[in-house]
Amino acid sequence: MPKLKIKSLHHRKSLLAKAENQLEHLSNGVFKTGELPTFQAKIANSGYEKLKPKKLEILQINLGYMCNQVCSHCHVDAGPDRQEIMTKETMIDCLNVIKNSGAHTLDLTGGAPEMNPNFRWFVEEAAKVGIKDFIVRSNLTIIRANKKYYDLPEFFKKHNIHVVSSLPHWTRGKTDKQRGEGVFNKSIEALKSLNNIGYGMPESNLKLDLVYNPSGAFMPSNQSDLERDFKQALKEDFDIHFHHLMAITNLPISRFLDFLIASDNYEDYMTTLVEAYNPLAVENVMCRNTLSVSWDGWLYDCDFNQMLCMKVDSSSNHIKNFDEAALENRNIKISQHCYGCTAGAGSSCQGTTV
Amino acid sequence: MNNSYYDPKDLKKFGSITEFQKELGDKFFDYYTSVFEEGNLTAREKSLIALAVAHTEQCPYCIDAYTQDGLQRGVTREEMMEAVHVGAAIKSGAALVHSTMMMKKVNKLDG
Repeated sequence: MPKLKIKSLHHRKSLLAKAENQLEHLSNGVFKTGELPTFQAKIANSGYEKLKPKKLEILQINLGYMCNQVCSHCHVDAGPDRQEIMTKETMIDCLNVIKNSGAHTLDLTGGAPEMNPNFRWFVEEAAKVGIKDFIVRSNLTIIRANKKYYDLPEFFKKHNIHVVSSLPHWTRGKTDKQRGEGVFNKSIEALKSLNNIGYGMPESNLKLDLVYNPSGAFMPSNQSDLERDFKQALKEDFDIHFHHLMAITNLPISRFLDFLIASDNYEDYMTTLVEAYNPLAVENVMCRNTLSVSWDGWLYDCDFNQMLCMKVDSSSNHIKNFDEAALENRNIKISQHCYGCTAGAGSSCQGTTV
Repeated sequence: MNNSYYDPKDLKKFGSITEFQKELGDKFFDYYTSVFEEGNLTAREKSLIALAVAHTEQCPYCIDAYTQDGLQRGVTREEMMEAVHVGAAIKSGAALVHSTMMMKKVNKLDG
């Protein structure tokens, strides 16, 4: 396991461990004084009085906040100390929804979803439904963390899982700075083991995509330029292949918000996001075609709203009373963190949106 | 009242130089945009050149802008510092190579 330097906000008993304190911070300061427009005012100016969903396409399920890593900017505040784990009972409720929903993509995330003791059972059962794109967000190091995970690549292959993994940079220094000491070398080992069975190889149907998010208080550059640089460096240095790079903007919540405040970057970063606001990105923002399910079965407009405890504004707000038609009529909940998804080329769990 | 010649907020007002001379300002920004597009050099390589020149020109606005631009493009701190050393080496080399003029003059006047 990587040497852990960072502790979760929960472990530190930080005020920002509580979602209401984060939301308060996002509503005060420059947004309260009017120096910057609220997200509500900004989208209203672009013709969106309310943000409404389109047809549900992606069901993203969080299997728990436990993780073998403690990354500096984790929006989940995940770590080994987090005990929130989805039970088998909730997984059964999720399976019932997966069978009946119109979503074409199932996206499992965490924490490290593989650390849920019922992860493999759930994947096996969900794979039987025959969903078009079945994603597991694997942090890579979990594959090398313990012998019991060594066969994960084969398990993923057996169920035709689309593997999506974070790698913040093609150099050890920048990756370890963000994700913990030793993470880069373990990630490279894991990528090699995935490549060895066909994942990420040119022309292979076994999909392996990487996620890039900036290491500090700045936005990502052009996604295709970054993909080219990642591909070139990983191929030259390690003979590693992958398919696509998804560039994600850091949203000002949880540990990244804590970093922004502590480093005196908060106002400048929010100004950057507001100035980079792109109305075209609002059209394709992921909360309009995605639903996020928490480890305890509650429904959210997105993974970020989940971490801010902003449950969907609908009578159907839990996996037990999932009603797709009712959910399509809801108003999406927003706050200033949403600027992260509408800046520049847009940002989502699938990368840029414009 | 701000009594400094340089204000970081002025960087964002760069585009407003067209207010006093639109035609030339527009021509400059068209040229500037074209220069930094992908060409035979990548935009990343151009960003590093700009960072080095920003230092030799000692332009705080440019250092601010191209440090941020480099980070966004995944440029490492080591790469940035190497680029600055290239600029510094040319700057110091340019000073030192002029010493041949001094040497020539000394040799002529003083044997």
